[in-house]
Amino acid sequence: MELLLDSLFNGVAIGSVLLVAALGLAIVFGLMGVINLAHGELMMLGAYTTYVTQLIFKLPILKPFYNSYIIVSIFLAFIVSGVVGILLEKTIIRKLYGSPLETLLATWGVSLILQQFVRSVPLAYGTGLVISLLIGLFLPTTFPSKIKESINFKYFKFSSWVFAALTGVLTGSLISSSVSKLSRASARNVDVTAPSWMRGQVEIIGTAFPKTRLMIIVITLISVIAITLFLNQSAWGMRIRAVTQNRQMSDCLGISTEKVDIITFGIGSGLAGVAGVAVSLLGSVGPNVGGNYIVGCFMVVVLGGVGNLLGTVLASFGIGIMTDLIGAGRLLSIWPDMPLPLSNTINFFATTSMARVMIFALIVIFLQFKPTGLFPQKGRMVEN
Amino acid sequence: MRISRRILAGLATASLAVTATSCGGGGTSGSFDDTVTVGILHSLSGTMAISESTLVDTEKMAIEEINAAGGVTVGGKSYKIEYIVEDGASDWPTFAEKSKKLIDQDGVPVVFGGWTSASRKAMLPVYESKDAFLYYPIQYEAQECSNNIFYTGATPNQQSEPATDFMYKRSPAAGGDFFLVGSDYVFPRTSNTITKAQVKQLGGKVVGEDYLPLGNTEVAPIISKIKKALPDGGIIINTLNGDQNVAFFKQIQDAGITPSSGYYVMNYSIAEEEISTIGPEFLEGHYGAWNYMMSIDTPASKKFAASFKKRWGADRVVADPQESAYNMVYLWKQAVEDAGTFDDNAVREALVGQKFDAPQGPVEVMPNHHLSQTVRIGEINAEGGFTILEETGVVLPQAWNQKHPSSKGFACDWTDPSKGEKYKL
Repeated sequence: MELLLDSLFNGVAIGSVLLVAALGLAIVFGLMGVINLAHGELMMLGAYTTYVTQLIFKLPILKPFYNSYIIVSIFLAFIVSGVVGILLEKTIIRKLYGSPLETLLATWGVSLILQQFVRSVPLAYGTGLVISLLIGLFLPTTFPSKIKESINFKYFKFSSWVFAALTGVLTGSLISSSVSKLSRASARNVDVTAPSWMRGQVEIIGTAFPKTRLMIIVITLISVIAITLFLNQSAWGMRIRAVTQNRQMSDCLGISTEKVDIITFGIGSGLAGVAGVAVSLLGSVGPNVGGNYIVGCFMVVVLGGVGNLLGTVLASFGIGIMTDLIGAGRLLSIWPDMPLPLSNTINFFATTSMARVMIFALIVIFLQFKPTGLFPQKGRMVEN
Repeated sequence: MRISRRILAGLATASLAVTATSCGGGGTSGSFDDTVTVGILHSLSGTMAISESTLVDTEKMAIEEINAAGGVTVGGKSYKIEYIVEDGASDWPTFAEKSKKLIDQDGVPVVFGGWTSASRKAMLPVYESKDAFLYYPIQYEAQECSNNIFYTGATPNQQSEPATDFMYKRSPAAGGDFFLVGSDYVFPRTSNTITKAQVKQLGGKVVGEDYLPLGNTEVAPIISKIKKALPDGGIIINTLNGDQNVAFFKQIQDAGITPSSGYYVMNYSIAEEEISTIGPEFLEGHYGAWNYMMSIDTPASKKFAASFKKRWGADRVVADPQESAYNMVYLWKQAVEDAGTFDDNAVREALVGQKFDAPQGPVEVMPNHHLSQTVRIGEINAEGGFTILEETGVVLPQAWNQKHPSSKGFACDWTDPSKGEKYKL
């Protein structure tokens, strides 16, 4: 019983890392059909946001709230990656809808740019830049409609960008002068240390579970529930689904597809940021952190069936449990006296490297029989 | 690169001016008859840049020190050392290409370079075919002995073997079972083959072994295997690489695999630089084995650490690979001066038998092109350094490991033409 519980927990823990990483991609790739190779780098930005937040919370003014920095950083990471995602959509991806190969190349280029950006720009000024973007993109939308419709709106827009740039430079230099670790550019990997209440283990029914893993499972659960509610219950969620099913018809019926695209991409990117917070708890944070997850993300989305959140959820937990079953040689401990050739085979695959090979092989075989994944999208699609 | 040379020239002039004013122009530094240009080849970009750039800093410092003391004297003429730094970009074929460039275009007499075994294996054919010389400063898996490479890092019998012995006989987990964890590439696999043979000889038991593919940070399956194989604690030998250590130590601590519950990890790739990256709070109470540790309490060691901090910043640390890099520059200088020429073959002959009073203590170049060195076992402390527990005498290097089944009974000797790369003992 304890063994089974342990195994199940491990599988769920591995699966929830995959799921939280793939959730944003499931929306961007699944719903919008954009092959976003910069998804991993948006995760990386989320991970760096956690690092910056952690250091800022070490400042004397915020020190009393240090223990809650991880909660704050979840929201900040969502905003940071979301804003960068929106900028990406507005400048690059919008021009490339419907041409997947060009999108693939362009987003790969973006991923390289983002990696080099965190290597060669001091994080303090990087933070300043994100703040400028945030203000510049959103300030004009808050103006009353009278100003928006006026002929001089472009001047208002321009001046808000100037204001944004100034604020960005100011916050950048403020952070840089108060946190010395953020004032220099460095290619070195950095480290996020979980607050003390999140370290160690808790005991549930006689089995000890690491708290950080539980935290990641909670983050994942909340993200999945929130995104499902948003897509199914809110007006914008309805519009997103409408555009996904039939873009032209939705456009005819008065849905602003442009806005829907921005929101969808922004949310997908924001979720990547949240995933970044989760993975920063497990390992170190560096420019290459996103690259380690991107293949897994695409694997999960394709296996689950493009455009289906439930499929993504099941696929990631499936892969998680299989990884644990094969990689830790669980079958042997469940059935200790199995015949020799079989136990030798299981032992052979019971290493992390071989388990990975085995999982990929199983997925390839599975896709031979169900090429559209676990839950293929049903119904007529105009774009097909 | 050009800028750095200009800065260096600036520094040299500045120091000359200082000596001129303070000592009344009596100093020998600054006036050279000629210059000699050497090659430095490490990764300055890519995954390995974090580690390898510290070697470039150390080699530059050693060269500046030698220049400040009057340069290299060959045949009665004093030479100022200049250097060309090339970027291997963490990409192994690039290392080979840049080596060719340094040898053919720049005509350097010697290249100081490399970190990963993969980069060394890529460069080896270049140096052998051109009969040029590479100085390689990293502790590695051995099982190699080239006439054109000079290895100043530890061989397994100068690091992992004394460490395994310590863990099995004298650590708090003495007599316990072993679990081996490593990254999935040549060094951990070779090193663990040797460890397994040694544990068997000692009468111990290796109960499990797992390798993490490079770039993968999901260690949950490994943790459950460790818990299953060592339910009541034991010895873990860790040869993980770079960032994977961060993931490993964060997660094993959360899973309750800590010294206080009887699990002791011996690390072969974690030095002071890595401790500060991973965080001492995750590593305290675990062990490391190196030839040089920053906490060595000798004047030579303190001087080395102090000059490095003075040159590159007070927050910087020195570690074993840097010490090896420092030693090799000095050993090359001594050999060149003894040979009386920069010519490869004469320097190669003069090199064997060179002694140097290194920060770790005395080292000597052996006929197999490796160094005799001291081995130290340290416990990682809360300050991010090592508390040195044990120190061996000088240990002779084995290019061909005597515990590895494929090389047992073989040795290497380049001073005797009839023996060479691999001969039967």
